[in-house]
Amino acid sequence: MTATAPAAEAAVRKSSPGAARGPRRRPGRIRRIGLPYLLLLPALLLELLVHLVPMVIGIVMSFKELTQFYIRDWGTAPWAALDNYKVSVDFDAPVGEALLHSFLVTIAFTLLSVGLCWLIGTAAAICLQDTFRGRGLLRALFLVPYALPVYTAVITWVFMFQHDNGLVNHVLHDQLGLTDKPSFWLIGDNSFVALLTVSVWKGWPFAFLIVMAGLQNIPRELYEAAALDGAGMLQQIRRITLPSLRPVNQVLVLVLFLWTFNDFNTPYVLFGKTAPEAADLISVHIYQASFVTWNFGTGSAMSVLLLLFLLVVTGAYLVLTSRGRRAPHA
Amino acid sequence: MRSIRAAATGAVILSLALAASACGGGSSTGGGSNDSPEELTYWASNQGASIEIDKKVLQPELDKFEKQTGIKVKLEVVPWSDLLNRILTATTSGQGPDVLNIGNTWSASLQATGALLPWDAKNFDRIGGKDRFVESALGSTGVEGQDPAAVPLYSMAYALYYNKQMFADAGIDGPPATWDELVAAGKKLSKDGKWGIGVEGSNPSENIHHAFVFAKQHGADFFTADGEADFTNDGVVAAVKQYVDLMAKDKIIAPGNAEYAQNQSVSDFAKGRTGMLLWQSASANLESQGMSEDAYGIAPVPVQSGTPGAGKQVNSMVAGINLAVFKNSDNLDGATKFVKFMTSDAEQKILNTAYSSIPPVKAAQQDAAFDSPADAVLKDTLAKSAVALPQVPDESQFETAVGTAVKELFADAAAGRAVTTASVKAALTKAQQQMPKK
Repeated sequence: MTATAPAAEAAVRKSSPGAARGPRRRPGRIRRIGLPYLLLLPALLLELLVHLVPMVIGIVMSFKELTQFYIRDWGTAPWAALDNYKVSVDFDAPVGEALLHSFLVTIAFTLLSVGLCWLIGTAAAICLQDTFRGRGLLRALFLVPYALPVYTAVITWVFMFQHDNGLVNHVLHDQLGLTDKPSFWLIGDNSFVALLTVSVWKGWPFAFLIVMAGLQNIPRELYEAAALDGAGMLQQIRRITLPSLRPVNQVLVLVLFLWTFNDFNTPYVLFGKTAPEAADLISVHIYQASFVTWNFGTGSAMSVLLLLFLLVVTGAYLVLTSRGRRAPHA
Repeated sequence: MRSIRAAATGAVILSLALAASACGGGSSTGGGSNDSPEELTYWASNQGASIEIDKKVLQPELDKFEKQTGIKVKLEVVPWSDLLNRILTATTSGQGPDVLNIGNTWSASLQATGALLPWDAKNFDRIGGKDRFVESALGSTGVEGQDPAAVPLYSMAYALYYNKQMFADAGIDGPPATWDELVAAGKKLSKDGKWGIGVEGSNPSENIHHAFVFAKQHGADFFTADGEADFTNDGVVAAVKQYVDLMAKDKIIAPGNAEYAQNQSVSDFAKGRTGMLLWQSASANLESQGMSEDAYGIAPVPVQSGTPGAGKQVNSMVAGINLAVFKNSDNLDGATKFVKFMTSDAEQKILNTAYSSIPPVKAAQQDAAFDSPADAVLKDTLAKSAVALPQVPDESQFETAVGTAVKELFADAAAGRAVTTASVKAALTKAQQQMPKK
């Protein structure tokens, strides 16, 4: 068997360049245009099944009065017209007020988390740009939070945040004496800080990874030329590194924003089904409205509103950032 | 260009077709049948210390059932945290088990979905009649005046567990019978890093069970006679305040308990860190954590004054597990036979012994196996002084809303913020506003 292999390989190699240019490789117009779509079809079908169909169902649900009385056969649930939306955006009534509160908490949380993730990730990537002994090890270590399964990582944080036996209080209170008494991290106001800590810990390695990739594309000559012209390290970062990273950062910040804004796993594992008020992120809030309060109609309406908000923000962001990028060339 | 348009049209038609079929819901609208008489699927709730232990307890019984009837039962043990969502999903999709366990407090909520087989007189006759079951257990099988949505399987009640050695060391004569006595005993116990009593402050269900009993003792209810939420009446406010005050004012609960939700208070009790615990069927759990049975005593949950009994002297909710049948089962006869088997006198003895619960079947309850001092307390409580949680369709929402309000109040108490009548009322007002409008 092995003896024939090289011969066959040689034959293929010899014949293949000719075959590619041969007259038979000139298909009809329909086939040429149709083939890519045919190849895309499986992906399109799956996309439909996994994303579009549930989305359409969700939108339909948001116009229905869907409670425990109708979930068995939700097609028969009475139409609610815009009631679910009205309840969700009536900020003087309890449901709307709670949704607004949760929305504002989520905005504050997302801005802080994305900002910190970006800052730490970029700083780490720049520090590791030059080769030195142990760089590979550090790079690998930095990616650990990104590689761990979310549940495992967050449940470990839960243990560390425990009031009585947690590592966080042990260090802050017992060892450093920074607090008068052990603090609560998983209930009350501090829960926001706990949530932010875990989110940044989990998110920055991704920023690090992307920025590090972006840095590879900046020609070394630019830095050498700048150094010759007398630019210091900070000036090099400001005038070369950051502008060159712009396209990378544009995507990075958007992706981080969307992930953080919609993050469900972190708060759910940290706090369970009912989050403390200070850390009531919108994803868990909507889950609670749907699956704990059993008001699937209102929950769907909230989801649709959230989707619209994210679409608007993403659209505006893309328009603004791409305009800024094109401006110098115009 | 034409092919793009064709592809787009195809995609839209396909999505509409899929959406339409999803709308139809397929089998979920269908009634039950006896099309597949040889097999059953059973979702058991996680009762033992682990899912593996449950399988070991249940599998021999299922084998026995197969031998008697020729029906094979496929068992799945579902953890508590997933059970309600799994049932909801099964209800929506119509793709559920034939027989399932439900927490008895969910009976009315799940009854409202219309997915469970109603237990009318005819169905009850097939499992030996309604009078075989204890009255209080039947009280948590659905809305009053309607056919029950489930049949009682295991009964439980709250009791006061106390550490005999710690009581002796602190010079306390015996278990407290009233809350004043409990607070006094708690104060004697709370020193040198030890505490009087433990609670699960971040567990909404646990909170609601205690808030409910305190409300009953104040002669108050969370719902009006016509099922409207009434969380802010004076009795309820006083009741919730009295419960949270055990930490906030009396300081006999460690502040750290405010974030407990994983049964840490049971571990604290087993390790001798707290002297008392209000719990249902803790024996097996305590034993697995190395606390021997003679190290602790079991007494009825305290009342405001006197002894537990009917009326204001309620000292437990009716806790337990019910057995329900999905209406769209394709083996309705087999499912009924299985319910008959599981609630038979013999099986009731075996299962309730294994889970240290009390049989809701009268004949089985009389058995000598349930005569230990602990069981005597639980049996007495269930017979005389336990009341079922409100049997209203909104029960599930009520549990979350009020349970979470109490959780936030415990968080305040732990952080040293004042818990006042006004702050309790504000928290309960917010909870009531979250209830669905009628």
